[in-house]
Amino acid sequence: MWLGRTCSAPGRLLLLPRCGSQRRNLTAGISASAAAVDGALSAFRSICGDEGVSLGEAVREQHGRDESVHRCRPPDVVVFPRCVEEVSALAKICYKHNFPIIPFGTGTGLEGGVGALRGGVCFSLRNIDQILDLHPEDFDVTVEPAVTRKTLNAYLRDTGLWFPVDPGADASLCGMAATSASGTNAVRYGTMRENVINLEVVLADGTVVHTAGRGRRPRKTSAGYNLTNLFVGSEGTLGIITKTTLRLYGIPEATVSAVCSFSSVQAAVDSTVQILQAGVPIARIEFLDDVMVDACNRFSSLSYPVMPTLFLEFHGSERSLEEQVNITEEITQSNEGSDFQWARDAETRGRLWRARHDAWYAAQALRPGCKAYSTDVCVPLSRLPQIIVETKEDLMESRLTGPIAGHVGDGNFHCLMVVDPSDPDELHRVHLFTERLARRALAMDGTCTGEHGVGLGKRRLLCEELGPSGIQAMQKLKNALDPKSLMNPGKILLQGES
Amino acid sequence: MSGRVLVGVKRVIDYAVKIRVKPDNSGVVTDGVKHSMNPFCEIAVEEAVKLKEKKLIKEVVAVSCGPQQAQETIRTALAMGADRGIHVEVTGKDYDTLGPLQVSKILAALAKKEEAQLVILGKQAIDDDCNQTGQMTAALLDWPQGTFASEVALENDKVKVVREIDGGLETIKISTPAVLTADLRLNTPRYATLPNIMKAKKKKIANVKPADLGVELTSRMLGKYRGVTGKRKERATQQSRVEEWTILPNIHRTIL
Repeated sequence: MWLGRTCSAPGRLLLLPRCGSQRRNLTAGISASAAAVDGALSAFRSICGDEGVSLGEAVREQHGRDESVHRCRPPDVVVFPRCVEEVSALAKICYKHNFPIIPFGTGTGLEGGVGALRGGVCFSLRNIDQILDLHPEDFDVTVEPAVTRKTLNAYLRDTGLWFPVDPGADASLCGMAATSASGTNAVRYGTMRENVINLEVVLADGTVVHTAGRGRRPRKTSAGYNLTNLFVGSEGTLGIITKTTLRLYGIPEATVSAVCSFSSVQAAVDSTVQILQAGVPIARIEFLDDVMVDACNRFSSLSYPVMPTLFLEFHGSERSLEEQVNITEEITQSNEGSDFQWARDAETRGRLWRARHDAWYAAQALRPGCKAYSTDVCVPLSRLPQIIVETKEDLMESRLTGPIAGHVGDGNFHCLMVVDPSDPDELHRVHLFTERLARRALAMDGTCTGEHGVGLGKRRLLCEELGPSGIQAMQKLKNALDPKSLMNPGKILLQGES
Repeated sequence: MSGRVLVGVKRVIDYAVKIRVKPDNSGVVTDGVKHSMNPFCEIAVEEAVKLKEKKLIKEVVAVSCGPQQAQETIRTALAMGADRGIHVEVTGKDYDTLGPLQVSKILAALAKKEEAQLVILGKQAIDDDCNQTGQMTAALLDWPQGTFASEVALENDKVKVVREIDGGLETIKISTPAVLTADLRLNTPRYATLPNIMKAKKKKIANVKPADLGVELTSRMLGKYRGVTGKRKERATQQSRVEEWTILPNIHRTIL
């Protein structure tokens, strides 16, 4: 886990002066002769132009961190290709010189996936930004890496379609494919795994692969190995994603939101399980525990009862909404839930949901000056009541601040750990707590990461989760597609860091 | 009162597109560029549809002036809840020089023909930022105007309009028929959903030519230069640095 790990790479960052001698630093970071590095840099410039290659310290640092708690690990150089041909040409050069390659989308990841542990070349894909090939009748669209989720949905607004996977941040869609992102809507619309139809990927040696065949977009296929889903969630360790073809959905005709509080966590989670078992196609079902609700009340000046609470959202036609809501209300009432607070129009719904949207900031505001770290376990639905109850007991025994917010419809919840970075004892307790939590989830047939990915911090847990033969199979695939181990070293699998 | 509201909608380059100037500085690149309904027009349509949903008015008619593609914009309005559309055909050179004066003459003629109780427009278009069509339309019709509306309330045969002005907000009460122009905070326009887009395909769009409405389209303004100032190295003469519009003298007499 992130807290226990100290950097085993040399303190390269401290050696970089602010000006001049930048070529020498590149040499220090990557073991290659000065001439070879010079040759590589001028080759980069001839491909991307002078403005497309940066050795500047600020630019490198910007590309060495994401939104996780992992510290910045800048690459040695950042390149800005403008099309897939440039990406391929740059990769060929890196392959020849054995430079590590780190793809970079929007830097909004939560697991340190962009940290350049061995230095190398960061491929910033922000200039490849087109929305291509929209087919409204077929419900698909192809996008390039710089296109973010909000940009795509704004573009689609006149067509009556949208892309519902919503991880919160305005992330790059290709980046979301790389991390197999999910979000509040997953219970109804699925995660990236279910919604990526095709990918264009550049491998470490520059080969361009279309995982389902160039330009193909059938709704289903049984043609050969599922290459598309091999790359979804590969976190840049198998290739650079330069296009993704996505499955679109109709914008819901009508939306209704509701909030309901319960006297116990058990009652709230039982309701969730029963709602899903009743077959209600609920769009969002979010759980906030009492600590979280209290934090939100303070932060957003709301007055929700400080009790375990469910935030619900229903999508559909007017008639189906009525039915969905009635069934749900019956269930919550049978679990002694409070009366629903309803909302139909966009403005009231926005107000109702503000509590959930501001949860991250509300948690941090509980203890100003502290850092926040989100856990991310996911278990089968039937085990959810038990794991949340046990986790809350653990939090209290460990004297930790960890309000809980979760996509309980998927069996996935996050403890937003708020920790004082200058208190080593607390840091240690958080570290142990998160390991216990992950192992608790694994013991309940679950996973150590429901949506954030493995990145840097969960590699050991992945070994526990998959077991030796699973990890070996993954390592074999990695060796086959990236024999020189250049693609994003040190992520997902334990080897490749040194 | 007829209970009919006329809403003008303009097809413009989508707000999210990066605008590029043509190499000869005669205008901006529009070929192959995404177009959509002007955002303020969306707000206008939304307000009209809301009035209909509250049963304060009976029919919403969406109007657009332009070439064939203007029909797409009318279809979007229909998908948002307008009942029928009117496409005023303006093509070629006429379309290139189409400006607020001609559009307001067209809208005025249509408002009279359709016996509109209200004409609701966006306050301005995001391509030319003129902010003139609503005001000119009201002047031509000799109707009261409630511009920069952030709140609209129908009260019998009067309209209460809260306007956004430099100093804050101003509330006026005007009698109908009237012209209103929508400002940003009037409402949040709805998305067109697939079922509504399908229904909209069956709604009628009438085709009309400006001449049928007795409107003459000749522009009285000559666009001299439209492009990037001061950047290009080949900029030789001082004249070409500045955006010049030559207005012919007799426009003054014509409006009055």
